This record gives sequence, structure tokens and C-alpha cells, in this order.
Amino acid sequence: MEVKTAGSVGEIYRISGPLVVAEGLKAKMYDVCKVGEDGLMGEVVGIRGDKILIQVYEDTSGVRPGEKVVNTGMPLSVELGPGMLGTIYDGIQRPLPALKEVSGDFIGRGIEAPGLDRKKKWAFKPTVKKGDKVKGGDIIGVVKETELIAEHRILVPPNVSGTITEIYEGDFTVEDTIAVLDNGMELKLYHKWPVRIPRPYAEKLPPEIPLITGQRILDTFFPVAKGGTAAIPGPFGSGKTVTQHQLAKWADAQIIVYIGCGERGNEMTEVLEEFPELKDPRTGRPLMERTVLIANTSNMPVAAREASVYTGITIAEYFRDMGYDVAIQADSTSRWAEAMREISGRLEEMPGEEGYPAYLASRLAEFYERAGRVKTLSGHIGSVTVVGAVSPPGGDFSEPVTQNTLRIVKVFWALDAKLAARRHFPAINWLQSYSLYAEVLRSWFEQNVAPDWGELRNWAMEVLQEEANLQEIVQLVGSDALPDAQRILLEVARMIREVFLIQYAYDPVDTYCPLEKQYDMLKGIKMINDWMFKALEMGKTVEEIINVPGKEKFARAKFEENYKPVMEEALEEIRKNLLGE
Amino acid sequence: MGKEYKTITDIAGPLVFLEKTEPVAYGELVTITLPDGTVRRGQVLDTAKDFVVVQVFEGTRGLDKSCSVRFTGDVVKLNCSKDMLGRILSGSGDPIDGGPKIVPEERREIVGAAINPYARQYPREFIQTGISAIDGMNTLVRGQKLPIFSGSGLPHNDIALQIARQAKVRGTEEEFAIVFAAMGITYEEAHQFMKEFERTGALERAVVFLNLASDPAIERLITPRMALTAAEFLAYEYDYHILVILTDMTNYCEALREISAAREEVPGRRGYPGYMYTDLATIYERAGRIRGRKGTITQMPILTMPGDDITHPIPDLTGYITEGQIVLSRELHAKGIYPPIDVLPSLSRLMKEGIGKGMTREDHKEWNDQMYAAYAEGVDLRGLVAIVGEEALSERDRRYLKFADEFERRFVNQGKYEDRDIEYTLDLGWELLAILPEEELTKIRREYIEKYHPKYRKKKAAEGEAS
Repeated sequence: MEVKTAGSVGEIYRISGPLVVAEGLKAKMYDVCKVGEDGLMGEVVGIRGDKILIQVYEDTSGVRPGEKVVNTGMPLSVELGPGMLGTIYDGIQRPLPALKEVSGDFIGRGIEAPGLDRKKKWAFKPTVKKGDKVKGGDIIGVVKETELIAEHRILVPPNVSGTITEIYEGDFTVEDTIAVLDNGMELKLYHKWPVRIPRPYAEKLPPEIPLITGQRILDTFFPVAKGGTAAIPGPFGSGKTVTQHQLAKWADAQIIVYIGCGERGNEMTEVLEEFPELKDPRTGRPLMERTVLIANTSNMPVAAREASVYTGITIAEYFRDMGYDVAIQADSTSRWAEAMREISGRLEEMPGEEGYPAYLASRLAEFYERAGRVKTLSGHIGSVTVVGAVSPPGGDFSEPVTQNTLRIVKVFWALDAKLAARRHFPAINWLQSYSLYAEVLRSWFEQNVAPDWGELRNWAMEVLQEEANLQEIVQLVGSDALPDAQRILLEVARMIREVFLIQYAYDPVDTYCPLEKQYDMLKGIKMINDWMFKALEMGKTVEEIINVPGKEKFARAKFEENYKPVMEEALEEIRKNLLGE
Repeated sequence: MGKEYKTITDIAGPLVFLEKTEPVAYGELVTITLPDGTVRRGQVLDTAKDFVVVQVFEGTRGLDKSCSVRFTGDVVKLNCSKDMLGRILSGSGDPIDGGPKIVPEERREIVGAAINPYARQYPREFIQTGISAIDGMNTLVRGQKLPIFSGSGLPHNDIALQIARQAKVRGTEEEFAIVFAAMGITYEEAHQFMKEFERTGALERAVVFLNLASDPAIERLITPRMALTAAEFLAYEYDYHILVILTDMTNYCEALREISAAREEVPGRRGYPGYMYTDLATIYERAGRIRGRKGTITQMPILTMPGDDITHPIPDLTGYITEGQIVLSRELHAKGIYPPIDVLPSLSRLMKEGIGKGMTREDHKEWNDQMYAAYAEGVDLRGLVAIVGEEALSERDRRYLKFADEFERRFVNQGKYEDRDIEYTLDLGWELLAILPEEELTKIRREYIEKYHPKYRKKKAAEGEAS
């Protein structure tokens, strides 16, 4: 029989930073406890004899041995219901605006703030009626949450089923009963779910649709599928966060969950200030209306940082269960791993590589495995795409977090400090990066964008590869010593790099590049390439060819909203200059 | 006042272990009285029903088991007052300038609570430091944390002093007050700072915390927190714009490692504790602006990279927290260039919002991209020249080489007392860009080229004279 742990009271025996040891407490692993007189929130992470080890999500300064510990008997859970979009939470789903109201500009301790607003009323429209049978995960009605997400689908909690005996339409708070089942169960607009347990689904589906990001190097060269996993490792200053922000802004998911895990406070502020101003390119609504932010900055308590990625992915799964495509950005998973390391160190566990706990690899794998494109319990199709930033010490990809991540994820966007130093952004190294979805998604691109999409991409990759080989020779003898054909190839490679791959995140137009434009740009470069080689055959000198007028105009077309006339004009000029009339 | 205990069981490095005490709070301030009557202070690092671990800030030299230990029931606090301005304090916040005690308006915990990200305001105001390599290439803004990554023997102190002297937000009369925290620097270095502060009158609007190389290492763990508490008090209670200079963070990290080793913790990289990232973040993240408050805190930590290695854990973890970095180069220093700022690995993450029309000048952003690309190209070509010789280069390449040389000699290089305004910096950059063939300036729009390129300016000037 299960031991009842709720309400059990014990005493603090020891305090060491975020780790508190209690005695005389009845507890299961991962029970949430209230620690000390201030009622700091903590979670049971170990049981040793009569001692219970608790990681505390708040600063423990001033807490003394002998103070009481109360077990709630519940695992760490989030509240899932309307009101999450546009909100910024800390790592354990406390809304930061609510914390500010209670404790001012600095975050105080022992504050309880529910994840969902208790007062706000939502207009609920049932989609099932009295007498209908419902099971876990079924949709019983909708609430208009924001203009962008007009249908927040209200779900039956996954572990509940029965026949509807009552269902109401009207304005309700999240705590009001909106339906009653024949077993007496009352359904509300929200339910709770423990963050460490993946939400159930009917079946996993193969990922075969790309997540369109509007970023040329990502979509064309290294695409990620909806429901896929990707990692962006890179040293500091190489643009991890900017890339993550770009994904949060422009990825064609319906819902974005952005987890700022142990990163800079100002970066979250930037999102908070910028997103309400930015418009979704597809609907014209503020991007904030589809975004849930989770901010646990580097100076906020380390245990809550450990929890923040679980909070984020659980919220993402909830929207997936409504049948939405969700993209989640975790910046940075290294800080999460470090939080695990810190807690593990305090638990005096035997360390694995570089002091990280031995279970680092399995925790990372479990987390990324919660991504996927699924058929939900209600028969809809939804997906969670996970993009994790990794911050390897010294930019060295051989460290444990990067290595264990790469073993799991299917897309690797390798950031390169050298590219960043010369302000080539996004500083994604095209030779090191890969996408295992590229082949699977090729047919989608060929059906939906252009039939020669895959061919064009492979051509561009080959040119860049060849350029890398030639660079080694150029380093020794200079480019003038190369044969003409190779000098033209170098020029074409330069155009691919500087015109196509460099993309200005802060330019109002270039920040988002639609697929058709991506294709046109690359196709344009391919045409210039073909004309250049033809001109060489016709006897033009290589200097004339590689310095052909019109290139600059072609390069600037990417800054034009209506790029086609500019691009066509530039191409025509280049063609005339190379081949004559 | 709390009971006195004489139950010390072990002393290890900077740590003192006691047994059988009343319940002692985690983080509590402790005073230890030696047999000769001197008093040391410490802080509780680990507390249980039957033992307590205390780290002693002033070191454990001379301590024995007979010392009496008193738990104050209070956490470490700083006496805050506006009168701190103009004072020199020890690394633990006591006056050491012979002046009177500071009468506290408020006693503040030195471990500041985290700023709620929702309460922050994004930093946007351009700070003109008068140094071209910073203002033009890696602009500093109010509320930013921008460290200087240096090496031993490089003139980071001169640069910090020059910034402290020259920093201003244009168009306002508001001046920066300075909070200066020295951790483990030599008397000579400290003297240089003090002399300079006194000479320029900056001391009147400065609070100085000094922990010298001869002072206890463990004190360094509280010095930056003391300094930031003072900064927060002045910024948020008295609306000051504070520039916090922390030097040398490397010494701080060494002290952190010392404590960690004494506690026999599982070490992370190179013996530094696994929580060093979090610990540093609790210092650096105290920079910023808060909505609805006038004062701001801008941080400029200085650290010396051991072995000039930017991948060493100290600069590495710092770079992951701070909003960019200014990197000094030994090579430039050897060439006689001051300030020897290597702009390529340097970065200011917040500059994009602080530059451009209305803040610096409309062409700044594109100018910056072009300057970076051109200098990077020139530096690359130097590698080639070393192999094939300059004669083998094309005319275009030779111009890039010239650009890179002039960039270092004229743009980066400037006097220690030379205060360049931003227009001068940008125009100087344009003069250098004019070395390159005009068609190479692909990153700048035509409109700006015609407005700012010296060629067109001269033409315009000539036309102006003619008419």
C-alpha cells in the first residue's frame, strides 16, 4: 500500500546551500516540501536512512536546523490551462509579474503565486454534450486565449474518463467547474501535471514536415523537422542566443516555449520588450500571443534552474496534446547540466566526467525524447520540436554535455567563433554542421517549393566543400596562382557565403527569408556560376569575370521586401556583362 | 547577542569546524575572538544540528581550538550611506582612510536578491568612453556588464582609469559615480588608482574597497559583493549612475577555488568548483537598469587570463555571463599600441540598441560591419604575406593590408588622455575605409557612402567653396 506522505512534518537537520537534509519526515522521491519557517519550496531528491534530502528552489540563507519541513505529498507540477500565453514564468511556473507585485523589483523568498490567474474569466464553448463519453486527452470545448490562438482546447486530464452528465457554457475562472462526469469527477478549465513525467499520447509519427524558420542556412542547408531535435553548441559570443531568438520569432510553429535557463537577465528583458512589438509574418499578430517564456536567469536559485526545462517541456506537451505544433528553445542546456552537477555534488554522489553526475547522459536523452510528432490521445496530430543551445567550456565540443547531446539530437548547428569574429552571422559552420532530416525533408521541399531544391542545395554544399579544400592551397600560394576555373569557383563560394549564408537578424527584411526567396537567391547564384563558366569558355579573362558589375546589386536584393524586380535586374546586368547580348 | 562557543574541532585552510551549537542559520555572520583579543569575521557555509562549518574572511592564521566563536544571528551586511562617496574602505567594508566611521542610513545584506527579469529595462543609452576601439567597434551602454580580458603586464588598469575619467552619456550633465573594488591587487597598482582618483578629483564621487595582495584571500569573496551593495544603494536610493570596476576577478576565483578545495568538494574544470558559473553570475548579474528607477549600474570587471588563454575557466565562464568582452592583445601591446584592444575577439552584445540615429550616428551600424570585415580580411592577409611576400599580392589585397596597419596605428592607438568624441571616431574610420577601393564597401548603403566617405565630402566641400 502506498504510504501517505502529504501533511507529514519533519525537522531540518542540515543546510548546505540549496540542499537541505530533514529528519522525521515521511517522503517519497520527488515529493514537494515546504522548508523552514518561510515555507521555501523544495523537492525530495534522496532518501538515506531516516534522512530526507531536499533540493530547495530558493535561497536558503537564514534557515536554521530545527525548523520544520512540511511535505505536500505532491510531485512538482505545473498548472495547464488558459492564461499561459504571453506570460513570463520562473523555473517553477511562478509568474514573474506576480512576484514583482509581492516583493518588488528583486525576487523575495517563500512567495506562492499560482501559475494561472485565478480571477480572470474565460468564455468557454463546449464541443461535447451531455451523455457523451470522454476519455483522457479528449477535447471538451474551447476558450479563446489570444487573437493568435483563438482555440485553446480544453482537455480531459490524461488519467480521467467517463460520461458527461453536466456541461456548461459561459464565462468561467480556471477554478470553476465546467463539466461533471458520471463518476462525480468535476472538470475545470485547467488541470495539473507532474513535470518529470512525459504526458501520454497515442502514437509517435515519423517527422516529415520541416519547421520553417526563415533562416537560410537552417532551412536550406540543415533543416529540422517538426517534432525533431536540434542542438546549437557554440562558445560565448558566437550567437547561440540570437539564433534561438530568431527561431522563437520566426519558426512556423503555432506555439513557442522559450526557456531562458541560467542565462542573462537582459536577454529575457529583450524578449519581453521586443516580442509584443514583433508581428507574426503569417498572421500579423504580436508574437507574444503565441509565446510562453520561462526565465530562470543565472543568478536565480540553481535548483529551480534544474526544474525549468521540465516545466517548459511539460507546457509544450500540453499544447501539443491540443493538436498544435510547438517549438521549444532551451537556452542553455549546459546551465541545466551544471545545475544537476551542483546538486549532485552537494548530494556527494560519485561524479562522472568533469564532475557531472553519471546520469547526465540519461537525463539529456530523456529530455530530448519528449520531443516528437505524435497522434494525440484525441486523435489530432501535434508536435514538439526541441532546440537546445549548448555552451561548451572554451568552445570545446569534446566536453560531456555537447557529446552526450550530439548522441541524441538529429540536427547539429555548430557555431564557430572564427566566423563570429569576422561578423559572419549566423556563425554556423557549414562544414561541421549536419541535419539527419535533410534527406527525409527533401521531398517536402521539392513538392512545396521547387523540384530542383535538393539538387541546388547539394550543389551549393559541394562548392563550399571544394572551397575549403582550395583554401588550404590559397594559404600557401595565394589565389592568383590558381587555375582560372578554380578562381571562379572561389568567387562563387564567396557569393554563397556572403550573399546567401550571411543573414542579418537585425535587418527588418532580411531577418525573415521566405522559402521562395531562399530558393531564388540560391538559384540566382547558380545561374551566375553557369554564366561565369560560359564566359570563361568564350574567352573572357578571369579578372573580368569575377569582377563582373552587377554583383553588388544582386547582393543587396536580400534587403528588399519586394526583391524580385531588383534581383532580376541585377541578374540581367550580370548576364549581359558576362555573355553579351 | 548570541552565545559564545569554544567547541572548535578542526581548522582546515580558511575553514573552522565546530560541534554542538544552538541552531545556527545558513549564511549567518560569525565573529571569532582570538586569545589576544583580536576579532575575525566569518560566515556559516554548512550548518547541521551537531556541527557548523565557518569560513573565516580574514584567514585562520593564529587560530586555535581555544578561540571563542559567537554567532551574531545576522547575515553579512554593509553600512550604507551617501557619505560612502569619497571614502576608502577595506575589503570587508571598514573605513581605512583614517576618517570617521560611516553612520549607516541603512544596513543592507551584501548578498543581493536577483533582479526580477520582468522588472528590468533593456540597456540602451550610449556611454562615450572616448576610446575609439570601444566607442566605435564595441560600444558600451548604461547598465551593461562589459569585462576587460587582459593578461599580466598589459595596461588594463590604464584603460579602466581612462574609462572612469572619460565616461559620459552625451547630452546629459549626469556624471558617473564610481565604485571601485580591488581584490588581491598589489599596493603599487592600488596606489596608481588612488593617486589618479585624487588627482582628477574623481575620489569625491567614488567609493573604494581595497583588498590588497597582502590581505586575506578569503576576504575577496565578500569584497565584490560589498562593492555592489554600495553601488545598488547609491543607484537605487540616490539615482546615481554607477560605474563599478572590479579588479582582478581572477583573484576572486582563486579564493573561491581555495574554499572549495578546503571543503573537499568535487572539483569541476581545473580545480575550480562546479558552481563557479552560478557564483560569478550572482556578481555580474547585479548590473542593469530597473524600470521606474533612475539610477543604473554598469559593470566593468577586469580579469587577467592565466597564460593569455581565453578558454581558461575564469574568462570562459565570465564571457558566458557578461554582455560581451574587451580583449587585450599582447601582440598589439608589443607593437607599442595603446590601448592594445584586439577588436576581433572583442564584442559588445548590447551595442545594437545603443547606436545609430539619435544615439551615435546613422551610419554607425553599417560602418561597424564594414570596419570589422575589412580588418579581419587584412589580418588574414598578413598570414599570406608571411609565406608569399607582399609582392605576390594583388593591388586589392595590398590595400587591405594597409587598412589593417592603419587601423591599428591610427584608429586603435590613441593617447591615455585623448578623449575622442564619437563623430571623430566615426570620421577617422571613414578615412581608413577610403584606403579601400570604393566597390569593396558592400556593407554600407550608397546613401551613407555619399554622405560620409571623404571623397564625396571633399567634393562637397569644394563645391561649397566654389559657390
